[in-house]
Amino acid sequence: MPKAKDEPLVLVVDDFADAREMYGEYLKFCGFRVAEAQNGVEAIEKAKKLKPDLILMDLSMPIIDGWEATRRLKADAATKSIPVVALTGHAMTGHSDSAKSAGCDVVITKPCLPHDLIKQIRKVIGGTQKKKATA
Amino acid sequence: MARESVAVATRFSGAADAKLALLEELQRCTDPVSAAQAAIDWLIAHTPARRGVFAATDNVRGTLGCIAGAGVNPKQLKRFCFSLDDPTHPLVNALTNGSVVSFHGARDSRVSLFGNEPFTAVKVARGEDDPALGLMLIGPALEPPHTTVRWVADALALSLSRMATREGLMEEDPRLRREHALLFNIINAATDPIMFTNMDGQLIIANARAELLFTAPDDVSEGRRRAVQLNNMFFSAALSRTTLGEGEAGRRELLLVDPTEGSDLLFELLSTVVSDPHEGAGIVSILRNITDLRQATRQIDENYARLRAAEGEIRAERDRLNLLIDSVADPIIVTDQEGEISLMNNPAERLFTVVAGAGEDAQRIVRANDAHFTSFVSGLLSTGWELTRRGEIALVDPNTGKAVPVEALAAKMLSDLGELTAIVTILHDRTEAIERAQLYEQLKLASEELEGKVQSATAELARQNELLRRQALELEQASAAKSQFLANVSHELRTPLNAILGYAAMTLQGVSGELMAPQRRNLSRIDANARHLLTLINEILDITRIEAGRMPIQVVAFNLPELLREVISELEPIIVKSGLELTTRLPSDLPTLRSDRQKVKQIVVNLLSNALKFTQKGNITIRVKTVGARAVTIEVIDTGIGIPKQDFEKIFEDFRQVDSTPRRAYGGTGLGLSICRRLASMLRGTLKVDSSLGKGSTFTLTLPLVLKK
Repeated sequence: MPKAKDEPLVLVVDDFADAREMYGEYLKFCGFRVAEAQNGVEAIEKAKKLKPDLILMDLSMPIIDGWEATRRLKADAATKSIPVVALTGHAMTGHSDSAKSAGCDVVITKPCLPHDLIKQIRKVIGGTQKKKATA
Repeated sequence: MARESVAVATRFSGAADAKLALLEELQRCTDPVSAAQAAIDWLIAHTPARRGVFAATDNVRGTLGCIAGAGVNPKQLKRFCFSLDDPTHPLVNALTNGSVVSFHGARDSRVSLFGNEPFTAVKVARGEDDPALGLMLIGPALEPPHTTVRWVADALALSLSRMATREGLMEEDPRLRREHALLFNIINAATDPIMFTNMDGQLIIANARAELLFTAPDDVSEGRRRAVQLNNMFFSAALSRTTLGEGEAGRRELLLVDPTEGSDLLFELLSTVVSDPHEGAGIVSILRNITDLRQATRQIDENYARLRAAEGEIRAERDRLNLLIDSVADPIIVTDQEGEISLMNNPAERLFTVVAGAGEDAQRIVRANDAHFTSFVSGLLSTGWELTRRGEIALVDPNTGKAVPVEALAAKMLSDLGELTAIVTILHDRTEAIERAQLYEQLKLASEELEGKVQSATAELARQNELLRRQALELEQASAAKSQFLANVSHELRTPLNAILGYAAMTLQGVSGELMAPQRRNLSRIDANARHLLTLINEILDITRIEAGRMPIQVVAFNLPELLREVISELEPIIVKSGLELTTRLPSDLPTLRSDRQKVKQIVVNLLSNALKFTQKGNITIRVKTVGARAVTIEVIDTGIGIPKQDFEKIFEDFRQVDSTPRRAYGGTGLGLSICRRLASMLRGTLKVDSSLGKGSTFTLTLPLVLKK
C-alpha cells in the first residue's frame, strides 16, 4: 500500500449514502484517499479544509445542489483549481451543459460503473498532475 | 191658208216634194178644220179638182157636217149637214161602202152641193175597215185611178186621228177637253220622250220632249234637221225590229242624237202595243234617257267590283287575324258592349264551349267558367272610366277537370268617338307560374335549411377546431409533462440501478474478497439483468427525448470503417458467444461521412445486436456501398429466423416485436428499431427491411454522405 499522504485525495459528494459509500469503497480499493460530503455546503467546507485533488460531485442534492456548489468552489481562489467531476442521473443534455457552465471539468452520466469512473478520475488527475509538473 | 198652200205648191215642183210639203203642213195643223182645208187646197192645187169640201163625222151627234171647203159657196157649206142614221142617204152609203165613190148627175137634192156637177166622194179613214173620220167631196169627179186622192185622204186621216186624240174629242165636250188638256200636260211634263205611233210607224202623238228629238221646225239649222232625220230613222228601225203582240212591252236600247247639242243620248225604248177603238192599234213608246243611268251603272259596277275586292281583302285580313288569334296559345275572348261573347280563339273555346257529347260535368264546368268570366268582364263594364282590368280567375278545364288558374287582362276597345265597341280579354294560364313559384319557394326553403345546416356545421366545425386546438395544447402540455415525468422516472430509476450495477461489478471484481463459483455465477446474473434493465431505461429515455425534440444532432466528419470496428469490438463478447461468422465488406474508396457519428453508431449497434439475437446459425454480413455520389448504404444481413412480409412495417413501431406474447423467446423492449428508424430519419436517411421467413433478414440504412443541418 502506498503512503497515505502521497495518494490523491478524492472528495466524494453525494446525498445518497449507497452511492457515496460505493464509490468511496472502490476508490479506496483502488488506492485513493477518500473524503465524503453529504451535500453542497459540506462539500465546500471540506474542500476548503482538506484541499482534495479531485471532487466527485453529484448534481441533484439538497440544501446546495452540485451546480451551485461547483460555482462557489470555482469562484473561490482557494478551491478553484480543484477539478470537479460531476455525476448526474439526468440523461438530458441540458444537465451536462449547465453543469459545464457551472465549472465542472467532466460530466459523467449515471449509471457509471466504478471501474469506468476510476478511469475518468485517473485521466483528470493525471492531466492536472502533468500540468503541475510542467508548471 | 190657201195662200200658204199655193206657196207650198210653187216651192215644190216635184210630186214627191209636194206630198212632203202637204205632210209637213198637216203636221203643223193643230185643228181638223185647218188640216182639212190644207188637204182640200192641196188637191185643188195638184189635181184636176176645182172645188172640194170635207165633211167630218160627228159621232156624238151622229151627223156628218162640212167643216172645210174650197170653190163652194160658204152658205151652202154650212147647210150641208145630214144624219148618219139615214141609210138611204147616198153619202152615208158612200161612207160605209168603199173608199172612193163617184157621183155623176145629182138627182138627190141632199147631195147637190156642187150643183149638178159630178163629184167624187173619198172616205177618210185610218183603215178600210175603220170607222170613217169624214168624207172628202171633190169635183169634178176624178178619173180613176184615185191614187193621189187616196194618199191625201190617208194623210188627212192620219192627221185628223192624231188630233182626235189630242183635241178633236175634247172640243166635243168641255169636261173631256179639260181632261184631254190635263193628259196632254201630263205627258208633256214627263221628262221622258213619249210617242204614239200607228202600226205603220207613223207618228200620231208626241210629247214636247219627243218633238224636240223627232221634229224640226222650218227655221232650224241644217245640222239639227239632219239630227232629227237620223233620230226618226233610228227610231223607225228600232220599232220595226220590235215584233210585238198586244199588251206586250218590248224593251231595247236606242242611241239618238241630241239635236240641240249634238251629243249622244242613250235611251231605253219601251214599246207597248195598245188598241184604241177609234184609232185602231198603235204603239206607245217611252224613251227613258239612260245616258246618265248607264254611266251610273258603270259607276256602280266599278264600285261594286271595288267593294268586292275590298270585301275580299277584309275577309283575307280577317282570316289572317283569325289564324293569328287562333295560333296564340293564350285564350282570347272578345265581348260586345252587353258583355256577350262575340269572338274567341281555339284555346278560349276549350274553356268556354262544350264539346259535342261532353258529360254533365263538362257542361257544369263551362257554365261556371262562363259565370266567372262574365263577372270579371262586367266588373270592367261597370266602371266607366277604367280602360283595363287585371285580375285572377279560377277556371277549370272542362276536358280534363283540372284547375286552370288564369290571369285575365281585359281592355276596352273604343271607337274614334270614344264609344265602347268591344272588350278584348286575354287569359294567361298561371299554372306553370304558380308551380314555378311553389318550386322556388321549396327551393328557397331547402336552400335556407341547407344554409342553416351549413352555418350550424360551420359553427360545429369551429367549435371542434377550438376543441382540437385546446386538445392539441393540452396534448402538448401532457406530452411535455409525460416527457418530464419519464425523464424524472428514468433518473430515479438510474440512481438505484447505478448502485446495483456498481456493487455487483465491485463484488465481482473482488473488492469484498474472493467469491465462490456459485456466488460469482449468481452475481453475474444480477449484473446481466441490471444491465438489461439499464438498456430498457436508456431506450425509453431515447424515445422520450426524440418525441420531446430534445435529441440534438451533432455533425462531425468520421470514417465508417473505424466506426464499424468500434461497434464490432463493443459487441465482441456477444459475437464470440454466438459462434456466428461476421463478415464486413467495404468498398475501397469509401469517402468520409459528415453526420452525427454517435447516432449512426447507435443504429448500427442496434442492427447488429438484433442480427446476433435472432440468428442461431449461419453468418452475419455488414456491407457498405455508395449510392451515387451523395449517399451510402449500410446493410446488416443475417441468416436468422426472418420476418413475415406483412410485418415489415410493424417492427418499426413502438414496443413491437413480431412475437408479442409475454413468454416470447427474445428479449428487448421492442423500442430498438423504432428508435433506429427515428434516428435515421433525423439524419435525413431511411431504414428498410427485406426478409424471407426462415432464411434471414437484410436491414438497409441509407444515409446522405453529407448531412446538412
